[in-house]
Amino acid sequence: MRKQFIRTTEDVMAKDERLVVLLGDISVFGFRKAFEQFPERIYNIGICEQAMTGMAAGLSKEGLVPVVHSIAPFVVERCFEQIKDDFCYQKLGGNIVSVGGSYDYAALGCTHHCPGDVAILKTLPGMEIVLPGTASEYDKLFRAAYADGHPTYFRLSERNNPQSFDVEFGRANVLKKGSLATVITVGTTLAATLAATQDLDVTVLYYTTVAPFDVETLRQNCASKKIALVEPYYEGVLVQEIVAALAPAPVRIETIGVPHRFLTDYGHQEEHDEAIGLTPENIRNRIMNLIEQKSGPATGSRS
Amino acid sequence: MRLPLNQLKRQIITATTVTKEGHIPSALSILDIVWVLYDRVMRFHPKNPKSDDRDRFILSKGHGSLALYSVLAAKGFFPASELEQYCTFKSRFGGHPDSNKVPGVEASTGSLGHGLPFGVGVAMALRIRKIDRRVFVLVGDAECNEGSIWEATLLAAHHGLSNLTCIVDYNHSTDRALGMGDIAAKFDSFGWSAVKINGHDAAAIENALRQRNPNRPTAIVAETIKGHGVKQMENNPAWHHRSPSKEELESMLQELA
Repeated sequence: MRKQFIRTTEDVMAKDERLVVLLGDISVFGFRKAFEQFPERIYNIGICEQAMTGMAAGLSKEGLVPVVHSIAPFVVERCFEQIKDDFCYQKLGGNIVSVGGSYDYAALGCTHHCPGDVAILKTLPGMEIVLPGTASEYDKLFRAAYADGHPTYFRLSERNNPQSFDVEFGRANVLKKGSLATVITVGTTLAATLAATQDLDVTVLYYTTVAPFDVETLRQNCASKKIALVEPYYEGVLVQEIVAALAPAPVRIETIGVPHRFLTDYGHQEEHDEAIGLTPENIRNRIMNLIEQKSGPATGSRS
Repeated sequence: MRLPLNQLKRQIITATTVTKEGHIPSALSILDIVWVLYDRVMRFHPKNPKSDDRDRFILSKGHGSLALYSVLAAKGFFPASELEQYCTFKSRFGGHPDSNKVPGVEASTGSLGHGLPFGVGVAMALRIRKIDRRVFVLVGDAECNEGSIWEATLLAAHHGLSNLTCIVDYNHSTDRALGMGDIAAKFDSFGWSAVKINGHDAAAIENALRQRNPNRPTAIVAETIKGHGVKQMENNPAWHHRSPSKEELESMLQELA
């Protein structure tokens, strides 16, 4: 996805003179062509994410379209107030493109993990949040939303789903229809979710945009009122959207994602997947549990 | 110059009495600077406040909003009478300025340390868009505690943003917490062209604001007095965030008559 980010950005820079790129001292070598071609519109800002984000808002104020880029904790958590005050409150558009969300950089430890980005950004009115599952999905989603006048967060991952879908900004894809439950899966959790559900009589909805949340697709595809929510960040972030979308009907929700604690082990992503249960086997077990529960007015079930 | 400024000071103090809200001394310490900027230095268009052909002023220390509002009103951006609504529920004029509500306000500020990085972006954008106008950012001395100010200072110098001027309102708010020492020397060592002036001397303010180094951003460290012009308020921390009683208001208005 990171290579695609560079390819897409360079292509859009050539077509749209408003696009300006600010790098937090990462991906600099990858962008070497852009530095040669557009020296006035790409800068290696250095390690100062607060000023980089405020500066990007200033560029936006003057009609340019900024892209800021760094590792997720630095470009979201370090400068959260700049995103809130300088972009969202002032209704300025721009793009924040992160890499290394959740525990992509497992071996680097918790300072470089960021499973909380989506939850905190979702608190900001007007913020758009996009989680592509593959490189080509990123390309399509970025082109659709990069200049739409809103601040947009693109969360890139080091992993890719094995297959791309015809995604659309702000709309969920219905990948499979079934009757016993609806499985909502976000971005790169799709691969494990598809493996978990291949022989189950369930609906699978694939969300690559989580804010704004596609209410309609969910409403039309959730007759069972049983939902398994599979997210690649801290689990349960979309519960509020789901409950509100289906209200006043009672719903049962099984939340599957990153547990709310520091993942203090190192190793590889896959080892963390195993440890926290983001595997096809566990996802399948959780969905089976949900299916076997009797319908009733409970929400937010967690194992 | 004395007469209009005293009028503006009366407006500023009176505006706080409706909702008992406002930072009067922080507005009075910058009023001379903001007035000279708009009266003698900046290009602007009150009837077309978003015209590209304007200099940009960003009040990074947003709690001095009343100084900015009173000068913008005096220059025709909106009627001064509206300031009587200051901080009321549906007013356009809050304790900190909102760029989506108030014509002439370039940035919504309040949380300290935001306006200078934002101004660096604006100055960079003007350079990219080849618009030869200037960007003025006013920060407080206590605001200079924020790391983001020094991040922005490094960036502006590194990128040679000669169209950017940062004015530091050195009213010594920070002395009781984290002393900033020689702020001009700090800007100078960060690669800016820095000068120190008396922030209540109109000629010195004008002269400093007109200077523009061809390669470096400019810093003007203005020595000021919190609550300038109202004796009982001057350098008196009790007034930082307080509105006068009826009797106090009368005596202050008389002092500024």
